[in-house]
Amino acid sequence: MYRSHVLVCGGTGCTSSGSLEIFELLKKEIAKNGLAEEVSVVQTGCHGLCALGPIMIVYPEATFYSMVKPEYIPEIVSEHLLKGRVVTKYVYQETVTDSGIKPLIDTDFYKKQHRIALRNCGVINPENIEEYIGTRGYEALGKVLTEMSPDDVIKCILDSGLRGRGGGGFPTGRKWQLAKDLVKGGQKYVCCNADEGDPGAFMDRSVLEGDPHVVLEAMAIAGYAIGANQGYIYVRAEYPIAVDRLNIAIRQAREYGLLGKNIFDTGFDFDIDLRLGAGAFVCGEETALMTSIEGNRGEPRPRPPFPAEKGLFEKPTILNNVETYANIPQIILNGADWFASMGTEKSKGTKVFALGGKIKNTGLVEIPMGTTLREVVEDIGGGIPNGKKFKAAQTGGPSGGCIPAEHFDIPIDYDNLIAIGSMMGSGGLIVMDEDNCMVDIAKFFLEFTVDESCGKCTPCRIGTKRLYELLDKITKGKATLEDLDKLEELCYYIKDNSLCGLGQTAPNPVLSTLRYFKDEYIAHVVEKRCPAGVCKDLLSFAIDPDKCKGCTLCARQCPAGAISGTVKEPHVINTDKCVKCGACIEKCKFGAISKK
Amino acid sequence: MGSKTTVPFQGTKEQEEQLLAVINELKDSKGSLMPILQKAQDIYGYLPIEVQTMIADTCGIPLEKVYGVATFYSQFSLYPKGKYKISVCLGTACYVKGSGDIYSKLQELLQIEGGQCTADGKFSLDACRCIGACGLAPVMTINDDVYGRLTADEIAGVLAKYE
Repeated sequence: MYRSHVLVCGGTGCTSSGSLEIFELLKKEIAKNGLAEEVSVVQTGCHGLCALGPIMIVYPEATFYSMVKPEYIPEIVSEHLLKGRVVTKYVYQETVTDSGIKPLIDTDFYKKQHRIALRNCGVINPENIEEYIGTRGYEALGKVLTEMSPDDVIKCILDSGLRGRGGGGFPTGRKWQLAKDLVKGGQKYVCCNADEGDPGAFMDRSVLEGDPHVVLEAMAIAGYAIGANQGYIYVRAEYPIAVDRLNIAIRQAREYGLLGKNIFDTGFDFDIDLRLGAGAFVCGEETALMTSIEGNRGEPRPRPPFPAEKGLFEKPTILNNVETYANIPQIILNGADWFASMGTEKSKGTKVFALGGKIKNTGLVEIPMGTTLREVVEDIGGGIPNGKKFKAAQTGGPSGGCIPAEHFDIPIDYDNLIAIGSMMGSGGLIVMDEDNCMVDIAKFFLEFTVDESCGKCTPCRIGTKRLYELLDKITKGKATLEDLDKLEELCYYIKDNSLCGLGQTAPNPVLSTLRYFKDEYIAHVVEKRCPAGVCKDLLSFAIDPDKCKGCTLCARQCPAGAISGTVKEPHVINTDKCVKCGACIEKCKFGAISKK
Repeated sequence: MGSKTTVPFQGTKEQEEQLLAVINELKDSKGSLMPILQKAQDIYGYLPIEVQTMIADTCGIPLEKVYGVATFYSQFSLYPKGKYKISVCLGTACYVKGSGDIYSKLQELLQIEGGQCTADGKFSLDACRCIGACGLAPVMTINDDVYGRLTADEIAGVLAKYE
């Protein structure tokens, strides 16, 4: 028995800021103080508050140390772990109150969250199956195999109202039912889409790193429901920690008889193999993913036939996303009604969002469907840093759109987001402030889709390229109002004629910014001006003679020799020579240089 | 792409044996071409035409299919990478926080474009899409080291560590 457990986050965010070093140092320091028998150090998955990494939590008190530096460790060990005195100055200051340390769950970041999919992330050691079993892990699989028929399982998932968390929002139960009923018997497959391609979304990675067994358990449940005995997890090779932990989890589950032959002595066989993706966004599309598992170029195929009828290796297949699976065991254990009691009319349960961009608390949050964007950005996310103004939130990644401030109070669910021209997508939520140019953002996403278009169908392959060129023209101040009309027309053409979801949604970033930020497009086209000060070709730098003290710092900094002037006299920028790098603005101590 | 260096293939007998062992282990399982290419890239560091030919011949798959798959996925490289592999995240969260400037700065300092390798074989530069460390945006990695919350000013200093 240990009297205290110290949890150190071993997710990608925290390891990138040095949590592994903290982990090793802690173990060493604890041993040095003779506490190795009393205090256990556990490496967990992600706690969600990535902005404050590396994170470490001391239990049983649940003291939350944030942005931990190696030099804090000796003091934390000798004071807190040895003498029981919390080192308040290193604790997450949100939790420090006059009457002591308040629980993490009462902080603004966690208060409005409800963690189902992320239930175990940051709480258990993901490399130890017994810790998962200790939190009712594999109990749902046991219940399904011994007490429920495949139809019961499907009915339960249908009744819960769970919809796919990977973007499309298709009812999960319906998908399973089709795969069970369309073709009776024979070889079938269960696949997991862990090829999280939406840049800026990392909830699936977090589940795989923090709670890999939940995915294995859910896939086995799905296998029982549709009559499959083989599963494949298609995971991004860019997620090495997730791949390692999945491999460990699969090995342990096999050792415990929870994967393999005759699970729970019920005669049900199910096994899972990993397949590594190799960096192709289109493989998030279901038919492309299956083509890729088959060992081919990951190009989509036309539907129908749908995968439920003819999927992987031409056999009936279901494909769900990681977060969708992470909900399944909880739904089985707590019942469909429990899950359906959360959320809005047509979107049940919770959704994980990856908060990123211009927001204070970047990280992962899980909120009930129907929470408003304002609550997410202001209350949970802590608002925009540096006193800047909120401009838009981008959801749905390269397939989604930008939500402007006028829709700040919209309850987030599948249908509301589509109604305002965006989509849920996999749950990336990137906040932008007044310094972000919306035309530039649209161009950024189009550059991405041009790059990632697989090239199979013409509207997507050539259309996205032409869209990109039009946007590029706009950001360079060379476009006309006619080009704006062409831009919109082309968007609809691509949407209507592309083969798969990638092409059909690729114009969304353009359409949504045109819808809400048309004035910004017009400013670029008519006034040849970038209101946010991003598009370099449209900027001109100038020094305010009243503010300039003639310190010469900018002139020395300028790589192009474009700034001239004598000491203690206002300087001037020669706009012909200026390369608009912005180095002068960064250096000026008097705020005398402006870009317009 | 101009200066992409094509270094002559220098595979060793040892590497070839490793590759053959991998192929023999995997070739009978369904859809094994991708895992084989991934292992081959681990062994050689990249997938030159010589390695693709070996895979095609041993597995009995047409070379054009091997080449087709190898060129489809961005993780596979037909060119050798630098001793230090620099990767700049151009995911959305990093982009809105200025990773585009970091990427341009690196191109300027190293005098290469994305996807290329410096003539001395020291640095190669690539853009990647989200490594999931969005809390540290903007982020770049050099081999296994992660650099977060970067500004373009700091780049020269970071590179100097690898001189």
